[in-house]
Amino acid sequence: MLLSAAIGANGQTGGTQSLLNHTAPEFVRRDLAGRSMSLARLKGKIVLLNFWATWCAPCQIEMPMFACWQRHYGPQGLAVVGISMDDDVAPVRTVMRKLRIDYPVAMGDAALGRRYGDVLALPSTLLIDRNGIVRAEFEGEADLSKIEAALKNLLAGR
Amino acid sequence: MKMTSVATTGIIAALAFLMMQLPSRAGSQSAPPLAATTIPTAQLMQPEELKLLLNGAAANRPLILQVGSRIMYDQSHIPGSEFAGPGSRDEGLSLLRGRVKTLTRGGFIVLYCGCCPWNRCPNVGGAYRTFHDMGFTNVKVLYIADNFGTDWANKGYPVAH
Repeated sequence: MLLSAAIGANGQTGGTQSLLNHTAPEFVRRDLAGRSMSLARLKGKIVLLNFWATWCAPCQIEMPMFACWQRHYGPQGLAVVGISMDDDVAPVRTVMRKLRIDYPVAMGDAALGRRYGDVLALPSTLLIDRNGIVRAEFEGEADLSKIEAALKNLLAGR
Repeated sequence: MKMTSVATTGIIAALAFLMMQLPSRAGSQSAPPLAATTIPTAQLMQPEELKLLLNGAAANRPLILQVGSRIMYDQSHIPGSEFAGPGSRDEGLSLLRGRVKTLTRGGFIVLYCGCCPWNRCPNVGGAYRTFHDMGFTNVKVLYIADNFGTDWANKGYPVAH
């Protein structure tokens, strides 16, 4: 399902904010292998940015597929990046090992979630074009074939 | 390019692999989390109902405890609620027990998580059971059908950061 956007109406700011057609907020992190990674460095690539957590069952259905796509579409310019919204790194390493996730994954935090419009549902996946613009957002148990179709369009320059 | 076959084969492989892996996922859990669906229907509270309570007299407001992840709480939570530890993990339940052990057993308490669709939530089932086992008699669990964003924040209900 596509991410919806809404503004809270009770004085305090509410709802998630859509980033569709906006520049994806830059971030610099170290992935779990200790490598520095940043969105800026991925400019020119199509980025699949996936927020997930070890306690999120649907996340773990998607992730092996994302790893498969990284292998298959990587030569065409795909870069899959995972952001774990877990509180601790230990279970993240365990799940990555079990699911054989070999694309870069970094730990997220509330500040990063807020920069991305509040990531209040997992999984949340953004497709970012070669210029760093968010072109698609998917939230919850998304249809993988729809994500792949949007991805293929972006890789083809459509 | 065999895109369709890549997708189909990949999905089947992913699902098969996941089915093998899920029972032991996350490693730090001593037992699979108790499903939210184990909570009696009579103990569920709809978001609209809690919102009305928040707008009402302070004396009628429950103690609200978030039993999901810290990061999700820090991003956005129900005003006045406290982070009490993830109900899917032993350390989370220990934190929860410590928080409420001195409270009167008849006190009005509302638990919530909202990390995942209701039938996938790993946190509220164990948290509710913990309260039940401790003898609490007035505990409700906020029924969040999809997630905290969709069923609370995006409805314009109050949030705090």
